[in-house]
Amino acid sequence: MVSIAAEGVGVTLDARDVVRDVTVALAPGTLVGVLGPNGAGKSTLVRALLGLVPHAGRVTIDGEPRDALTRAERARRVAYLPQGQVLHWPLSVRRLVELGRLPHLAPFSRLSDADRRAIDRAMARADVAALAQRDATTLSGGERARVMLARALAVEAGALIVDEPLASLDPAHQIEGMELLRAEADAGALVVAVLHDLTLATRFCDRVLVLADGALATDGAPRHVLTPALLAEVYGITAWFGEGLVVPTGRVR
Amino acid sequence: MNAAITPTRAEPVEAPLFLPALPGGVTRLAPALLLLVLFAALLGVAVGSAAIPPGRVLAALAGRGDDIERAILVELRVPRVLLGLAVGAMLGLGGAALQGYLRNPLAEPSVLGASNGAALGAVIALYFGLAQAWPWVLPLLAIAGALATLALLFTLAGRSESPLTLILAGIAVSTLAGAGISLALNLSPNPFAAMEIMTWLLGSLEDRSFRHVLLALPCIGVGIVLLAGQGRALDALTLGEDGAAALGVDLAATRRRLLLGVAIGVGGAVAVSGAIGFVGLIVPHLIRPLTDRSPSALLWPSALAGAALLVLADVAVRVIPTTSELRLGVVTAFLGVPVFLAHLMRERRLW
Repeated sequence: MVSIAAEGVGVTLDARDVVRDVTVALAPGTLVGVLGPNGAGKSTLVRALLGLVPHAGRVTIDGEPRDALTRAERARRVAYLPQGQVLHWPLSVRRLVELGRLPHLAPFSRLSDADRRAIDRAMARADVAALAQRDATTLSGGERARVMLARALAVEAGALIVDEPLASLDPAHQIEGMELLRAEADAGALVVAVLHDLTLATRFCDRVLVLADGALATDGAPRHVLTPALLAEVYGITAWFGEGLVVPTGRVR
Repeated sequence: MNAAITPTRAEPVEAPLFLPALPGGVTRLAPALLLLVLFAALLGVAVGSAAIPPGRVLAALAGRGDDIERAILVELRVPRVLLGLAVGAMLGLGGAALQGYLRNPLAEPSVLGASNGAALGAVIALYFGLAQAWPWVLPLLAIAGALATLALLFTLAGRSESPLTLILAGIAVSTLAGAGISLALNLSPNPFAAMEIMTWLLGSLEDRSFRHVLLALPCIGVGIVLLAGQGRALDALTLGEDGAAALGVDLAATRRRLLLGVAIGVGGAVAVSGAIGFVGLIVPHLIRPLTDRSPSALLWPSALAGAALLVLADVAVRVIPTTSELRLGVVTAFLGVPVFLAHLMRERRLW
């Protein structure tokens, strides 16, 4: 069970305020979608939560200041799948998923049986066990996304932050990916996912944070806060709303 | 969160082809490489311009036999082999570590200019009389030279993840340092400048003594310790800087240790051998297919293979009949440049 809280988090890159004064408390067992147009600061916000970018304000993990935790402790509590995760060497799928156990290894020790079981579990949950021996650089887009997710799941952290995990996936794989994140949240994890698909966010997320120009435009249950007025203001679009559906239909002139 | 979740497949998925443990790769490869190193070392002691039969080599090493033969072996060949092993191990490890850190199969000390930078430092120390007054100035200036070129390189290439930016910057820095060596030698009061320029740019282990071994070994030791400890950080960097940081890697510390490890180790090596190119490129390239291809699995095997390769190259230099002894870098370049070109052709598809 891991909770993450941000207090007045702001990021300035090249004299531009990319994230401004974001205050949120994220509770365990919830699937939180981070929405907003391109350049709204979604990725930068999650990177700030992780401490990957210098920022103003405070971030606490389980009530403790993040920076008071050791790097390994932070890595054990919060797993992260960056946007467009690249793989620089042609590792086997299994070897790649093993990297997720790095924060758990004591100096000079090898993978324990417990580590191997965690790897098996992660690969089973992401449904990549059959790919174990494949070269991870030669997978299809869908396989690759699942393998990368398995790598993040292998950390078995209480919180999982994923940045556009569904990019370049077909509809079936998108739903599969969301179901997986949903299952993680239902099992007690805090899952924070940067997303673009409004319908998937509406259907699967407990809560969405909508960013506009670096600031939090709204924060709440998707069915509640994703309103025509908000979409017009934040994205500049009109949309058709159905039962669990938000379909963009045009641009606001 | 996962305690309640049981794996859907009962069979544990094992990797028969690869070693399952993270720092793996060493166990199966190591005995073979150790044998190769031993073989190379024996060959290095046994082969030379004076033909000494193997039986008499053993006798001389055991302290018996002919005095002249013993002198040749103990004062000429043994230090030469020891230096070959140490310098080769450092260059091989340096290449493997730099490739892992920069996520670039073309990175290695000589391609990135660190070797030439170190050679420039050594040349300044030697030919302006500094090393005669204080012997430790030689490795120190070589280390400073390597550090300066690497720092300049990292500044030039910035945080670019493009392998080519780095290689181009490396060529620029390397050429600059090479020109510096020529300039320094031409300015120095030295009648043999042309010969010496070649030695420093191509490397040689000719006429090295235990004095050189003592000078280089501590630096190489420090370099090897600093680099060999970076396996996990390098593995994590397979996922890029953000991915590695989120796995608990201290990126700043890794960068610092890597820069210092390469600079101190390569600086110490080049101070006694000159800039021997391409060892750090060839070795990881040959070793990688024999491992699970993760950066950590390459480190120790690359050190062993580098040691064996350099000693064998040095044997070749002694055996190939030429009027003046061949420079080591000639042999390693003939081996290394095809590897370099093959990789570059592959990279070109990414433009």
